[in-house]
Amino acid sequence: MTALSDLTVSVQPGIVGLVGANGAGKSTLIKILLGLLAPTSGRVRVLDLDPTVDAAAVRARVGYMPEHESLSPDLSAAEFVTHLGRVSGLPRTAARERASEALRHVGLYEERYRQIGGYSTGMKQRVKLAQALVHDPDLLLLDEPTNGLDPAGRDAMLALIHRIGNEFGISVVVCSHLLGEVERICDSLVAIDGGRLLRSDNISAMTTVTDVLAVEVSEGIDQLAARLDLLGLPSRRDGRLLLVPLEDDATYDRILSAVAELDLPLHRLDQRRHRVAELFATREVTHV
Amino acid sequence: MSEAAGVIHDIGYQRYSGPRLGRGYVFSSMYVHGLRTAFGLGRSAKAKIFPWFVVGVVFLTGTILAAVRAQIPDAGVTYTAFVDMMAWLVVFFVAVVAPELVSRDLRAGVLPLYFSRPLRRTDYAYAKLAALATAVWLLLGAPQVVMFLVAAFSADNMSQFWTEVGDVGPGLFYAALWAALFAGIGLLVASLTGKRAFAAGGIVAVFLMTTPIVGVMSVMPSQTMNELALLFSPSSLVFGVGMWLFGTADGDTDSIGPFGPLYLAVTIGVVAGCVALLQARYRKVASS
Repeated sequence: MTALSDLTVSVQPGIVGLVGANGAGKSTLIKILLGLLAPTSGRVRVLDLDPTVDAAAVRARVGYMPEHESLSPDLSAAEFVTHLGRVSGLPRTAARERASEALRHVGLYEERYRQIGGYSTGMKQRVKLAQALVHDPDLLLLDEPTNGLDPAGRDAMLALIHRIGNEFGISVVVCSHLLGEVERICDSLVAIDGGRLLRSDNISAMTTVTDVLAVEVSEGIDQLAARLDLLGLPSRRDGRLLLVPLEDDATYDRILSAVAELDLPLHRLDQRRHRVAELFATREVTHV
Repeated sequence: MSEAAGVIHDIGYQRYSGPRLGRGYVFSSMYVHGLRTAFGLGRSAKAKIFPWFVVGVVFLTGTILAAVRAQIPDAGVTYTAFVDMMAWLVVFFVAVVAPELVSRDLRAGVLPLYFSRPLRRTDYAYAKLAALATAVWLLLGAPQVVMFLVAAFSADNMSQFWTEVGDVGPGLFYAALWAALFAGIGLLVASLTGKRAFAAGGIVAVFLMTTPIVGVMSVMPSQTMNELALLFSPSSLVFGVGMWLFGTADGDTDSIGPFGPLYLAVTIGVVAGCVALLQARYRKVASS
């Protein structure tokens, strides 16, 4: 079984969203980045290191927050995070100090001596984030960090990730199947589906092309499409609609005059603000 | 009033520029953590009850034996006899502690947090094994030290003292054999399941189920069969090695005949087999 194929992508520092449906290959990609799985072919570089050769060096500089429950319930958060700091190579005292710091940054300073087993889901997610931060990584890999959180918890977690990426000087890769979440905090997005790259771009580059005009005419839709093409307005069929990228205000007039010249009955002409999610979805459709 | 007085300084995130220690330190961190876990240190009061009950029993027994030896020098209670006496207690100790060490990690999903750090999978298994073996060895060895100290201080002359030294040395070595074999079997069984109750039951079963085989073999009409009978249960296996190496209090070595070296070879083989299977197990767990 192939979980990932023909995936070529390189990302810059900052917050990168890795999005895809469940089973798209996000977790497999993370395992390859951590050197836990070797790719059958191809090349990986993480922080200029090759995880298939230098796994220990990569893992010393990467923090990983797994998707699933992964905490010892019988230990206190302070004890657990300190222990994991030492396993990352921090000397005893440094591990203890940094564990307290990491727990303070995620907002668990007061509760850090309580057993993790008694924590709420939101607190557990924070401990998972703290253990990924304890050894001061250069890169954080967060797998579904908002899993199981209520809306307020989601907002708090996203705000925290945003802060880590922008104020702490740590590059972050956030995996999620919820585009709406990651597009709020990411600088760039990588979308994969079925192990293949759908799209990888800056989030600003994506949002500039997300405004489209939807034109609905009751007949002659092909004629209109051809005419718009001649006018330099590439359009795309979406059911009974024609979608035309909105370049500037003149686009409205050019479409209207095209419809008038062809004498077509116009039902609707309105602006759609495409969410990034729809952008990915439509691209997927056009590829099929 | 200076302006600074009213400002709360958020020191923000501090990067870590201190040393990051290597493989040996990471291994010892795991080892020490495992050893502490074995005795419930750093964990809840409930987790301390059983280990410290066992500690209490072995020290009480050791103290009583020391007193008996001081009163009746020819009572025949040797250091190795103390170890034999504690056999079943050690089985139960391993049955409770081995699942705490490995089944809990499987159950709670902590392994991804370990294996995403510079800790090798092989080192994880070795560290856990070393921690459990050390815990068992301390249980069997520390009371012997008490016995030795009592005997040494009540020794009438130097030659008696040296006799004691000559006796406690093999006793501690014998304890180490027990520790290696029991820890190997216990940890292997516990690593197969995340359910601690199953793991504990499995470990006790390995020791219980094999005892009848020894019983049947030892009443077979063939003398060779009888002499090989003790090979078939872990506790009688070590007992056989002890009988060959150190003799018994009454000088009886008939029950193993000339097969002493075979007993030692089988013991070493079983320990090596357990280690190999444990490593294979963690290769599988880590890549899943």
